[in-house]
Amino acid sequence: MSVAKPLPHDAAHLHVTGAARYIDDIPTPAGTLHLVFGLSDVAKGMITAIDLAAVRAAPGVVAVLTAADLPFANDVSPSVHDEPLLATGEVHYLGQPLFLVVADSHLAARKAARLGKVDIAAQTSILTIDEALAAESRFEDGPRIWTKGDVEGALATAPRRITGQITMGGQEHFYLEGQAALALPQEGGDMVVQSSTQHPTEIQHKVADALGLPMHAVRCEVRRMGGGFGGKESQGNALAVACAVAARLTGRPCKMRYDRDDDMMITGKRHDFRITYDVGVDEDGRLLAVDFVQMTRCGWALDLSLPVADRAMLHADNAYHLPATRITSHRLKTNTQSATAFRGFGGPQGVLGIERVMDHVAAELGLDPVVVRQRNFYAPMADGGLSAPHGAAHLPPEDISARKMEAQTTPYHMPVTDFILHGLAERLLETSDYHARRAAIARWNDGQPVLKRGIAFSPVKFGISFTLSHLNQAGALVHVYQDGSVHMNHGGTEMGQGLFQKVAQVAASRFGIDVAAVKITATDTAKVPNTSATAASSGSDLNGMAVANACDTIRDRIAACLAQLHQARIEDVHFADGHVHVGGDVMTFAKAAQTAYFQRVSLSATGFYKTPGLSWDRIKGEGTPFFYFAQGAAVTEVVIDALTGENRILRTDLLHDAGASLNPALDIGQVEGAYVQGAGWLTTEELVWDAKGRLRTHAPATYKIPACSDRPDVFNVALWDQPNPAQTIYRSKAVGEPPFMLGISAFLALSAAVQACGPHYPDLQAPATSEEVLRAIHRSRG
Amino acid sequence: MEITFLLNGETMRVTAQPTTTLLDWLRNGRGLCGTKEGCNEGDCGACTVMVTDDSGAKALNACILFLPQLHGKAVRTVEGIAAPDGTLHPVQQAMIDHHGSQCGFCTPGFIAAMATAHLAGRTDHDDVLAGNLCRCTGYAPIIRAAKAAEAQPSPDWMQDTPPAVETVPYAPETLDALAAFYAANPDAVIVAGATDVGLWVTKQLRDLPKPLFLHRCTDLQQVEVTDDALHFGATVTMTAVLDVLRDHHPSYAELVRRYGSDQVRNAATIGGNIANGSPIGDNPPALIALGAQLHLRRGDALREMPIEAFFLDYGKQNRQPGELVTGVTLPRHAPDLRCYKISKRFDQDISAVCGCFNISVVEGVVASARIAFGGMSGIPARATTVEQALIGQPWTQATVDVAAGSFSDDFTPLSDMRASAAYRLEVAQNLLHRYFAQSQGQAANVLEVSA
Repeated sequence: MSVAKPLPHDAAHLHVTGAARYIDDIPTPAGTLHLVFGLSDVAKGMITAIDLAAVRAAPGVVAVLTAADLPFANDVSPSVHDEPLLATGEVHYLGQPLFLVVADSHLAARKAARLGKVDIAAQTSILTIDEALAAESRFEDGPRIWTKGDVEGALATAPRRITGQITMGGQEHFYLEGQAALALPQEGGDMVVQSSTQHPTEIQHKVADALGLPMHAVRCEVRRMGGGFGGKESQGNALAVACAVAARLTGRPCKMRYDRDDDMMITGKRHDFRITYDVGVDEDGRLLAVDFVQMTRCGWALDLSLPVADRAMLHADNAYHLPATRITSHRLKTNTQSATAFRGFGGPQGVLGIERVMDHVAAELGLDPVVVRQRNFYAPMADGGLSAPHGAAHLPPEDISARKMEAQTTPYHMPVTDFILHGLAERLLETSDYHARRAAIARWNDGQPVLKRGIAFSPVKFGISFTLSHLNQAGALVHVYQDGSVHMNHGGTEMGQGLFQKVAQVAASRFGIDVAAVKITATDTAKVPNTSATAASSGSDLNGMAVANACDTIRDRIAACLAQLHQARIEDVHFADGHVHVGGDVMTFAKAAQTAYFQRVSLSATGFYKTPGLSWDRIKGEGTPFFYFAQGAAVTEVVIDALTGENRILRTDLLHDAGASLNPALDIGQVEGAYVQGAGWLTTEELVWDAKGRLRTHAPATYKIPACSDRPDVFNVALWDQPNPAQTIYRSKAVGEPPFMLGISAFLALSAAVQACGPHYPDLQAPATSEEVLRAIHRSRG
Repeated sequence: MEITFLLNGETMRVTAQPTTTLLDWLRNGRGLCGTKEGCNEGDCGACTVMVTDDSGAKALNACILFLPQLHGKAVRTVEGIAAPDGTLHPVQQAMIDHHGSQCGFCTPGFIAAMATAHLAGRTDHDDVLAGNLCRCTGYAPIIRAAKAAEAQPSPDWMQDTPPAVETVPYAPETLDALAAFYAANPDAVIVAGATDVGLWVTKQLRDLPKPLFLHRCTDLQQVEVTDDALHFGATVTMTAVLDVLRDHHPSYAELVRRYGSDQVRNAATIGGNIANGSPIGDNPPALIALGAQLHLRRGDALREMPIEAFFLDYGKQNRQPGELVTGVTLPRHAPDLRCYKISKRFDQDISAVCGCFNISVVEGVVASARIAFGGMSGIPARATTVEQALIGQPWTQATVDVAAGSFSDDFTPLSDMRASAAYRLEVAQNLLHRYFAQSQGQAANVLEVSA
């Protein structure tokens, strides 16, 4: 069977030969125009005058558009219509698009855009968390507050009480392919849009609104992205809409790609957070109550900030049972880029909050942080793995009522019935030789005045499903041709994660054919409509099931046809090894397809899937927002220089739960890459805004994602490889986001190393740049 | 301008504007879209190509490589790394086999860098690939692929022979011709490696009305090693500088190993790094600490000066209109030299602080001290007060403790996105402590620790 094989990425050959096409590589018709935005250079104000005469007169310029020139909706928001494509008078952040230049080349458009003169009467901007809190500048009426148990009482009576605060910076996606779109006007006013987007249906929707057309008049196609990481869930809207509007006005194809600096100045990033905590613990380090306050800068527009902030609350427990909890979440509105989705979608920020608490508690109590974590783990899943939390209708009946009674619940009252981290952690601690190394490091540190090492363990438990429940659906379209080749299409998009290959492996397995017989095709809103963004790690769960559903429909039709022809029972028709077995007869899959065709059987089917068992009230903070939990754990060792704060990762061991992996090679690739990206978030990746609200780190010269030598010298990565108790596609688990949080172990290892410098808890903040590590060393020394 | 070069084995004769980059020409002019634009400033490596000249094959960033710089060279892009019949290069096959690509956008640049290194038999993969950013894989599978391909021979088709070309007016071939032209045209913009000037064009969108390309002037590419001195011509690339320094000044060499990336060092020149007067260039602090002499020429007039005298103020150098930096001479022996580069990321990052110390101790007493820093003021500069606090004193922790306090007399650094003023000052002090600790045999370099 094709699933579970470590096949390469489907486009690997195209990647290595340079033949894989991205938006800017697609050959364009003659006369294609190129677009660039003119940007605001103040953070907040009112436009008082716009003089674009020099822009219009610049060489190569065909048109210059302002908000007044837009024929229909001036809106690129993915949520509440608060994000105009071009500013309408008010300016909300430094970098906001004000006007649109349409020229005959990318360079001509860039040069012309700098000639615009826009007078903006500057107003007092709100840039920081404190400024936003003071001004009550927020989304929603007030903070969201979820509670469970008697927090005040448990805090008051706890034997020990620990308080603190951690700030964590945002993160630039730095997809290597910047945002890009190409609009091709069609007859009758229709529009075809090629977009580098994780959400083709939203592109279709926003373009249709901008053109005053029904969605059927717009088609969006996405073959691949050069990286997404959440940054192309909503941030591509502006380019696609701009191209479509300009294409409509000029009648010519229009392409837009952001120069890297523009990309970083215009688009949203990961939400930065400040989290305060007030914790009650017993003398053994067991948490009795936690009171979290999460504050995040959402930027100027809502975008996806509510579900991001919700997910931060939903992961405030991470892997730990918190008997009494209050989580207060402030979604603050600031005059900065509108923060957006980024791998983990608030989850990493919530997890870092509780992991910081564990670190702090262990330090205060003088305990091994691993022991504190293990003592606070949720109760383990019962033996046998059959306590699937939802809809396991075909499973043998068993009495699970008692177990359900016992299941511990999350702060949002969801029973945790699939917790596997006890065993997973034990195995990782053993394979990484954690305890012996921790002791050896302590001895080594005693003899080193300048250099200090640290080692740390951290787990992750990540909830899988969109928290907006209706998004948990997917569609597919599968054709079998009379030669036995298969055309596969679904609503998921390929951004490098290997979704297309994994789903092709599913399709091949359903038909019992080689994956090479399955043609992977570009995501296309005309083939599969009403798709959800490829996000929330849901791609293979949702689209794999939808494709399986479509394949099974066709397979069942072929089976019924052959059974009748061969006077066999349908149950005796089997699809395997490229052949179809009918009773005692065997034929190739191609022959079976051809036979069905001659018998006038439809060989095309749609497929559909919706995740079962979800119910969620986000206002109350109660329900079952997740289908299951993906889990994993990491051990990282670092070294720091106490004179400069310089630091690096020496060794990392990861053990991650991808369920029964659809493709272990691709899944390990996700785990490795996510870890390095997560470690980057918390170490070298620092976003710096100046007092005027100008992002100073807007290019790779100043914003430092991990480079080659920043990966761990020793990097051991393995999959837990046990079937998901929930009924997912071939019992696999989602893998895109969860391992991002394994990077937190690098931050905790830095904290451990700093703790070796002095007697006080060092209160390390993120990102732990060299400068921050040196500050923390001072705090540790008191 | 008329430019002649080889592209994937085929002779190109191109007429182009001087600021046309190879990347734009490949993608827009030739429809060769395998080479990608990731940042357009030489920091991500997605546009890496292999360029062969008389000194061999090198990886370069096509985004900040002007077409005239290719006159007389051979270019190989990702489209030319597989054989014409489609047979994959060993690094391409290894990247597939080891799952080295995910989104694939950075991959052509990695392939070009890896294939170029493979041709040279290099196995220092972290250094080879320091200038190639990947956001998906975490690099581990790419390094596995690079190692897997090491043992296989480089395919024949990777051997390029640069074409013989005629002299062109925009790129003089002798120093005499160059000096005469520049003296007569002091408004010309000198283009050596274009790792800085390239950004004037790609980011500031400036035109270069009168560019003067140095790459054909072999007189400036000379390296001389005498009994007691090293001399680098102004357009010796940082790669060539690194090769020489490894044998003579290992700590300076380690600094240069972290200077830019392989692609940047292959383009950047030591003269360019000095002449542009940046306060954060990494060569000047080392050269000042070494007591290097800078050589200049205007027409037939020669000048030389201690290199620190070249840097007058922020943005202002001791160089007259029409005067060229022609080279730099430094001592061959300086066993006490240590160079420290502090940056957010170890590789391919601009220094927040670059501190170079050359302190000699005779019979326990500091006999001489030259200490120079970048990133601490508007120009690369000596810490003269600290030097004076050391000279003549016993080489002890107590002396160092006292002397370190004098950094605030020498420097008033600024805060920016790379570091705060307070951090810069503290680190400057602590680097003196590091120098002392290392002189006492104490481990003080995180890059020398392994798990």
